Amino acid sequence: MTSSVANHLTSHESIGAAIHAAKARGEPAIVAFMTAGFPSPAHFQEDLRQVAAAADVVEIGVPFTDPMADGMTIQRASHVALTQGVSLSWILSQLTSMTPRPKAPLLLMSYLNPLLAFGLDRLPKAAREAGVSGFIVPDLPFEESTEMRAALTAEGVGLVQMVSPVTPTERLRTLCAAGQGFIYAVTMTGTTGKNVAVPDEVIEYLDRVSASATVPVCAGFGIRDRQQVLRLKEHVSGVVVGSALVEVLERRDDPAAFIRSLRGQ
Amino acid sequence: MAAIFELGEAASLMSREVAGDFPDARGRFGPYGGRYVPETLVPAHERLEAGVKRWLRDPQFVAELDDQLATWAGRPTALTYAPSLSSRWGAEIYLKREDLAHTGAHKINNAIGQALLAKRLGAKRIVAETGAGQHGVATAAACARLGLPCTVYMGAIDCERQAPNVGRMKLLGATVVPVTNGDQTLRSAIDEAMRDWVSDPTDTYYLLGSAVGPHPYPYLVRELQSVIGRESKTQMMRQTGGLPNAVFACVGGGSNSIGMFYPFVPDRAVELIGLEAGGRGAALGDNSATLTLGRPGVLQGSYSMLLQDADGQIQETHSVSAGLDYPGVGPEHSLLMSIGRVRYESATDDEALEALSECGRQEGILSAIETAHAFVGARRYAATHPGSKILVCLSGRGDKDMPTLQKTLLKGQL
Repeated sequence: MTSSVANHLTSHESIGAAIHAAKARGEPAIVAFMTAGFPSPAHFQEDLRQVAAAADVVEIGVPFTDPMADGMTIQRASHVALTQGVSLSWILSQLTSMTPRPKAPLLLMSYLNPLLAFGLDRLPKAAREAGVSGFIVPDLPFEESTEMRAALTAEGVGLVQMVSPVTPTERLRTLCAAGQGFIYAVTMTGTTGKNVAVPDEVIEYLDRVSASATVPVCAGFGIRDRQQVLRLKEHVSGVVVGSALVEVLERRDDPAAFIRSLRGQ
Repeated sequence: MAAIFELGEAASLMSREVAGDFPDARGRFGPYGGRYVPETLVPAHERLEAGVKRWLRDPQFVAELDDQLATWAGRPTALTYAPSLSSRWGAEIYLKREDLAHTGAHKINNAIGQALLAKRLGAKRIVAETGAGQHGVATAAACARLGLPCTVYMGAIDCERQAPNVGRMKLLGATVVPVTNGDQTLRSAIDEAMRDWVSDPTDTYYLLGSAVGPHPYPYLVRELQSVIGRESKTQMMRQTGGLPNAVFACVGGGSNSIGMFYPFVPDRAVELIGLEAGGRGAALGDNSATLTLGRPGVLQGSYSMLLQDADGQIQETHSVSAGLDYPGVGPEHSLLMSIGRVRYESATDDEALEALSECGRQEGILSAIETAHAFVGARRYAATHPGSKILVCLSGRGDKDMPTLQKTLLKGQL
């Protein structure tokens, strides 16, 4: 809890606050995803510092051997990070030792099994101490999430709920009511990383999600350029940029410049 | 979270399992199972669950499935007395001949059942994974039979060691996609089939081949494979006048074994023993003995025993048999082990190959390498239980293993 905003908010409320603050400036918030320790564990803190300075919220990917919801880019990044010894414990220790801590709220994106192996009894406290405000767990659907949500919430850490274009309306309301931090609206079926134009029905869907949600809505999966951000701008509070940013980091291009380009700067 | 993963009273779980209470409304077998899938796939699983509830007991569906099994798939399969093995091992050995089922293994029971269900659910295309290729071939055949387009994902390593099955799938009209990421075996093939399904969750039906994965698959596959155990019980009664003392089956994901064991679960006097792949030895990465050596965790949609490291990363596995080369296992097996109803052991690569050779020479049956692991268990049991009556699930035939057998048992001979 280093930012002044976070002092009077629970950790996960700081996520919504950061997104609202960006929206108040007239631009969708940028939620930036990076796989921890990719392309290089030695550069992780510096990469994170640069990304966090330019983005509104940072989502840090915990590598997993079987990332079934991810496309080729993040699969490959995960694999490389694992072969270089990256683990959840390593990520938490890196975050804990960063000085100064990044100002942008941090989320961890992890498949369930590494979290179970770490131990749900000690995870929430360890995450809070490392400055993690929330979790995104792509293979933990709402029906299986009760215990995880309760454990995290006890330490003020949020569980971000994902929704998808195929989520039925009634279910959408349930999921939106449960979401903490923001609602992660997957903009298409399929895995992460494919570049697509944003069709009208996706816009209609995002409007439906926004109408149900009490926390900000961020659109993700397939976002790569300013054009897409402009198209989504009036319909969501933020956008998640993942595979495209991972590729920028892999090329060792300037991540901050790429994030600014999404804002039209 | 610990609470739902803690094992309840074994005795009460045992009586619920015997009573057929599992999976429960949450898709759990005691603490195991569940449905851990991305949100995009939740509605598809709910539709599938509703479809399973609606059709699996529907008289017309059952009649159609029974007809396909009888007139196309070749059921019932024979129960064969093995006189030579019996005399060598000092016990009465009976073999349930799933190798005689159409396409050469038990996999057809599940493939034709699910393909009929997919039709009922309005699927436009089928995707499937395969390890040894037997499920892929069975699915390709069932889809051809019912006029459904079919894509099969198969690890690149498995494509090589089970090459005859790749050709068979193609000849049956399926598209075969070699998977070159991950471990390039069954686990990567499941990941890739799931990714395909995530891309088109409405029109695509995922025809999963083992008793693994998210609810309702472990239940659905068990129900479709239980024909093995039901037929066996009837045949044992008719041909031998009583049930066996012990039943053996190999366990990878666990579909032939759950199909064989489940109807015997209430018969408490019958010992049930599953054989896992002990590979080259007990070290992590050298075997696929998930139940014997694993710890619980979540992989590919369900909570079950897993071969994983301290960080929860899934381990590479090894087995000479592609069909057992998998780091997870069906959740019901985890329950059956926890409550002590089924005992799980392992057989090494070498033991399995030797048993395959023995069965071939003595009984004139070339079994799959997977199946041969079950022979190892049966032979061990016979040594300590002379004169007992033993039933072995001969889950498949060995034709598809020729590339591996050329490099092992036949090495230097041709």
